[in-house]
Amino acid sequence: MRSFADFSTEAGDADSDGGGGTLIFSGPMLVSGLGMIDRRLRDLQGPFKTIDLGQVESIDTVGAWIAWRTARDHDAKIVNCTPEVERLIEAVSKAEGGGDIHPPRGRLFEHVPEAVGLLVTGWGAGIKGIIAFLGAVVVAFGSVIRHPRRFRTKALIHQFELVGVSSLPIIGLMSFLIGIVVAQQGAVQLRQFGAEIYTINLTGRLSLRELGVLMTAIMVAGRSGSAFAAQIGTMKLTEEVDAMRTIGVSPIEALVIPRILAAVLMMPLLGFYSSVMAIIGGAAIAALTLGIPFFTFLGRIQEVVPIHDLWVCLVKAPVFGLIVAVSGCYQGMQVKGNSEEVGLRTTMAVVQAIFMVIVLDAFFAVFFTNIGWA
Amino acid sequence: MSEMPASDVGELPPEALDIDVAAFTGEFPIRVEGLRNAFGDQVIHDGLSLEVRKGEILGVVGGSGSGKSVLMRSIIGLQTPEAGQIEVLGRSITDARDDKEIDIRARWGVLFQGGALFSTLTVAENVEVPLKEFYPELGPELMHEIARYKVVLSGLPEDATSKYPSELSGGMKKRAGLARALALDPELLFLDEPTAGLDPIGAAAFDELIVELQSTLGLTVFLITHDLDTLHEICDRVAVIADKKVIAVGTIEELVATDHPWIQEYFNGPRGRAAKETKDRFDNSRVKAGAKAVDGVEGLDSPERPGA
Repeated sequence: MRSFADFSTEAGDADSDGGGGTLIFSGPMLVSGLGMIDRRLRDLQGPFKTIDLGQVESIDTVGAWIAWRTARDHDAKIVNCTPEVERLIEAVSKAEGGGDIHPPRGRLFEHVPEAVGLLVTGWGAGIKGIIAFLGAVVVAFGSVIRHPRRFRTKALIHQFELVGVSSLPIIGLMSFLIGIVVAQQGAVQLRQFGAEIYTINLTGRLSLRELGVLMTAIMVAGRSGSAFAAQIGTMKLTEEVDAMRTIGVSPIEALVIPRILAAVLMMPLLGFYSSVMAIIGGAAIAALTLGIPFFTFLGRIQEVVPIHDLWVCLVKAPVFGLIVAVSGCYQGMQVKGNSEEVGLRTTMAVVQAIFMVIVLDAFFAVFFTNIGWA
Repeated sequence: MSEMPASDVGELPPEALDIDVAAFTGEFPIRVEGLRNAFGDQVIHDGLSLEVRKGEILGVVGGSGSGKSVLMRSIIGLQTPEAGQIEVLGRSITDARDDKEIDIRARWGVLFQGGALFSTLTVAENVEVPLKEFYPELGPELMHEIARYKVVLSGLPEDATSKYPSELSGGMKKRAGLARALALDPELLFLDEPTAGLDPIGAAAFDELIVELQSTLGLTVFLITHDLDTLHEICDRVAVIADKKVIAVGTIEELVATDHPWIQEYFNGPRGRAAKETKDRFDNSRVKAGAKAVDGVEGLDSPERPGA
């Protein structure tokens, strides 16, 4: 069990020592036993001329600090201490510091405009930064094309596996379930018009044109875009990226290009796969609840879904892949300072990627309709 | 006239009650027996035994990859050994089933190689973390004061308290790490290569600081180092790790007297001899010049030498 330090006071003899009292500490003056007396010591009314440490059992730097600080505040003299305690008190008295605990912060009406200003200039710098980054990527692509031996095939294949192959189960399951939801909900609405058969058109066209590739892009942003940002960000923190640069390896060539290429090449495959899984999900639920045989459903898909729906899917997918990969790699390369920033940048990468994907998807929807691929 | 009865120390916050501060009265604060550590097929330690005496600075040396840091991690409970017994301040580390059972954490301080500061906290906040964890009743004012003097005591300028670790140099990070390790005035101090990466002046000041703290606070120090000057200057004994165990423990003179080839090469190699000569020269000049020379260097006194 812990024991605690304590103190008592003794009024001084007014004649002999000018009216100053004595403060007597007792017990262990250790960090474990001092918490309760600090507040009382601060509130203590003086004056004291002497501080008596004769009854103190043991003392550490915190005890020495409190004794010294009390002596300083009351302009008192410390008595009855051993040479070791004297040394300790001298050591802590020399170490008194007046630094701030937190970095100084301006007043509210100063730092709010400052924060807003920083945010705005931050946006500007961000736009410039991402354009510069895209430029660097294009330049690196050019140099890789001119010197094909510098191309990192192994890294690319590794990224193929991470971005593409290992996300097959989760994307497959997700798309299958979405197919079920679309077909089932669509059938409920269409039944009111006796047009249940159009469930096939709804599921097939919606999956290929929109849902398959959009959901895949969101999943890839969450799975791979975040991984890109975190991996590259951690490499920045541990100075691996700097080390690469000094060896003469371009981090853009070694880290960014394989990731971007992997995402751009894998996204169409994943998007198509996702659409197929959604259609299978729709066919399954149609067979179970609508009485449309499974293979009839699949056969009708060929008749009701025009081929340009597939092209819409295959055109959008690589663009979305590019956005996800660029935003992940860019945010990763921006990490500096501390580990908190890795988390922050990873979040930003995912949010930015999903937002941009959805904005572009809206643009694509209008665009393809207007060129006649309705 | 006594105003306050001795028992009136107020109410203690409930979360602060169960800290073990009982004094350790034994002779060996750290005892390691038959330690075996392995990563997969790679055996790091096999039958390693070591006893650290109370109040000494024990240097631990060994080739790169000989498992010095792993030994330290095992002692402080970060690495669960495959076999063996480890006792720190009379408590068994190896028998503890989880972190909570190692209830002597308030009584040791650890300085990791890179400082291992919490990167989202300022230096002062880093120092306050153990204080808040173990002694929340201290109150913010006193904690701030403690953080400030610990930072200066560790040899940092006083305005370093409000800096974030990313704003500090490598040497300053080590000092800040030391300030955090010393936050609770521990009885036991673990230092993992404290002077590696410091300039010679900074390293010498760090050595002096450790000796100073050790003599004023009566610390027991477990010190991993490759710095031969540090070994000569401040270590009371040196433990040599080779062949997966501690092959010898003793003063440097005792170690040099053994005929183990690695020890011979370590202390009698070119660097080992240079470090010894430096020490001899320094000792001689100290003896000859006496108090005068000490006064002479006083002007160069840095905050690393409190109370010197």
